[in-house]
Amino acid sequence: MSGKTLYDKLWDDHVVHVDADGSCLIYIDRHLIHEVTSPQAFEGLRMAGRVPWRVDANLAVADHNVPTADRDRGIADPVSRLQVETLDKNCADFGITEFAMDDVRQGIVHVIGPEQGATLPGMTIVCGDSHTSTHGAFGALAFGIGTSEVEHVLATQCLVQRKAKNMLVRVQGKLAPGVTAKDLVLAVIARIGTAGGTGYTIEFAGEAIRGLSMEGRMTVCNMAIEAGARAGLVAVDEVTLDYLEGRPFAPAGALWERAVEAWKDLHSDPDAVFDKVVEIDAASIKPQVTWGTSPEQVVAVDAEVPDPATEADPVRRESMERALQYMDLLPGTPIGAIRVDRVFIGSCTNARIEDLRAAAEVVRGHKRAASVKQALVVPGSGLVKRQAEQEGLDKVFLEAGFEWRDPGCSMCLAMNADRLEPGERCASTSNRNFEGRQGYGGRTHLVSPAMAAAAAIHGHFVDITERGRA
Amino acid sequence: MKPFKKFTSRVVPLDRANVDTDAIIPKQFLKSIRRSGFGPYLFDEWRYLDRGEPDMDCSHRPLNPEFVLNLPCYAGARILLVRKNFGCGSSREHAPWALEDYGFRAIIAPSFADIFYNNCFKNGILPIVLDEATVDRLFSEAGPGFELTVDLESQTVATPFGETFHFDVDASRKHRLLNGLDDIGLTLQHADAIRAYEAARRKSAPWLFAVP
Repeated sequence: MSGKTLYDKLWDDHVVHVDADGSCLIYIDRHLIHEVTSPQAFEGLRMAGRVPWRVDANLAVADHNVPTADRDRGIADPVSRLQVETLDKNCADFGITEFAMDDVRQGIVHVIGPEQGATLPGMTIVCGDSHTSTHGAFGALAFGIGTSEVEHVLATQCLVQRKAKNMLVRVQGKLAPGVTAKDLVLAVIARIGTAGGTGYTIEFAGEAIRGLSMEGRMTVCNMAIEAGARAGLVAVDEVTLDYLEGRPFAPAGALWERAVEAWKDLHSDPDAVFDKVVEIDAASIKPQVTWGTSPEQVVAVDAEVPDPATEADPVRRESMERALQYMDLLPGTPIGAIRVDRVFIGSCTNARIEDLRAAAEVVRGHKRAASVKQALVVPGSGLVKRQAEQEGLDKVFLEAGFEWRDPGCSMCLAMNADRLEPGERCASTSNRNFEGRQGYGGRTHLVSPAMAAAAAIHGHFVDITERGRA
Repeated sequence: MKPFKKFTSRVVPLDRANVDTDAIIPKQFLKSIRRSGFGPYLFDEWRYLDRGEPDMDCSHRPLNPEFVLNLPCYAGARILLVRKNFGCGSSREHAPWALEDYGFRAIIAPSFADIFYNNCFKNGILPIVLDEATVDRLFSEAGPGFELTVDLESQTVATPFGETFHFDVDASRKHRLLNGLDDIGLTLQHADAIRAYEAARRKSAPWLFAVP
């Protein structure tokens, strides 16, 4: 019999019950909660007269609706305010730990989980948010769920699931200087498409993945969902342990030692069989820029906007034409000729300390281009913000004419006041370039933090690897 | 949830691939703490010519006359026909809530995004996967007056000309949908198994239960 994949091991460890048709009851170790996808779940719980099964498995934070400026004035939009207040009340009523808006630990749910050590290897982790895949970077089985399932987890600590198939994305070799985890994952999506991972859990492996920091691995797993996979995974190694040791929710002392011993098994066995294997050469990856309205519509920065006329598949051609029309781009336009109106550095994809350092490094000593109306820097959490300020990164950004904000999801999806106006074009470190995602009629180009920072300075996309040599 | 019954309905052909949940229900409507009332904002940015805001009265908003949902011949349709990877992106259950509130009970596509597919079953919507060639054919036939009959019991979609297409669905999902069963109630029938698992886990992996 062949060995197990990491996903097989995590799955087998959490099966509570198997139904006749193969659907399983899976135990959930950690449930992260935010304000947008939880109110109806708590309401359902109350209406049925139920209480949370295990209160201490839950951790809550408001992130989507929170303002990133003048936070002491509260939330101006009454609808947003009610949603955040509803989360506060639900957590208070049921005794769930919540990092309130004025808590330094507040931030984007997928940033604070790992930061607090509430994300641990070997766990099952769910949240009413598709980017829960982020936590898979720790060798945890983490995936997004809908609100009905949020209620289900609250009430039963379990979910009814069917096991996904195993996919291995092996990225061999080393990334070139200036090429980041973000470029790597966009290149993976370019290869397999936004539905390529549907029905699979993707394990990311290979030298280039091993060479990434935890921040980089989180960026990669974060966008597994953009490749269609509910969950992404990276095996546990020293990098994982170094990151977690000493964090508030992580075990300490003898319990830490015991946990580390167990976590050593959290990798795919050498003889494990995957249903699908994708090989990518890291050295071939260049900085990536999306040109369309789906993350798979992406090319290298030194390429041109593609021509739908060369696409044989009619459905794809139609999607390309529609995307170009929405993005107001012509086929053949060099990516470097695309000018941007705003720049957003933030989101659960790229708002960790390493991301801010990379952006600041590019910005240092330069000014925002006059043609760029706004360059927003939104740290992923209050603690990331504090760390960045201790390193003086806030001053680097402010001196360059960038805005230094408070933590939250912000312009990744524009549920708060940070948004694009119709027709505006944005270089964004977020994860989705869907129509209207960053604001009604707004146009999004997904890039790495360094690429976004460079676009803010030059007013258009530039190849960060060329810029470094100049 | 109401039991899912066999029905015959007009079919709205929405000829787009990779329709994401941001398009199905834009983010500003996610601020609601209710579960109902999302139907008028379904496909908001495609359906109307102005920018939609929560609690807007949609009856006076300018409609996009070219958007298929606005064509009078498809009024009252309960079946949506779409292209591959429907429902990709965000996990928002507001997407099936909006589709359900609008009146859709079945969606036919060559493929669906995983989270959306799962969310549909929780809300009395049947996502039906048919192969690309069949979906292509349905698109070529789905015009005004075209109807399909969806029967979950026999797992078939039938055309008015007597042609039927079989689709697959998990036995447990089918059972829950047909009977309108509450998932949580069913899971709690296994409460003892959950407690036993938990007790064993507390011994084998106590760090998972540590509270700071």
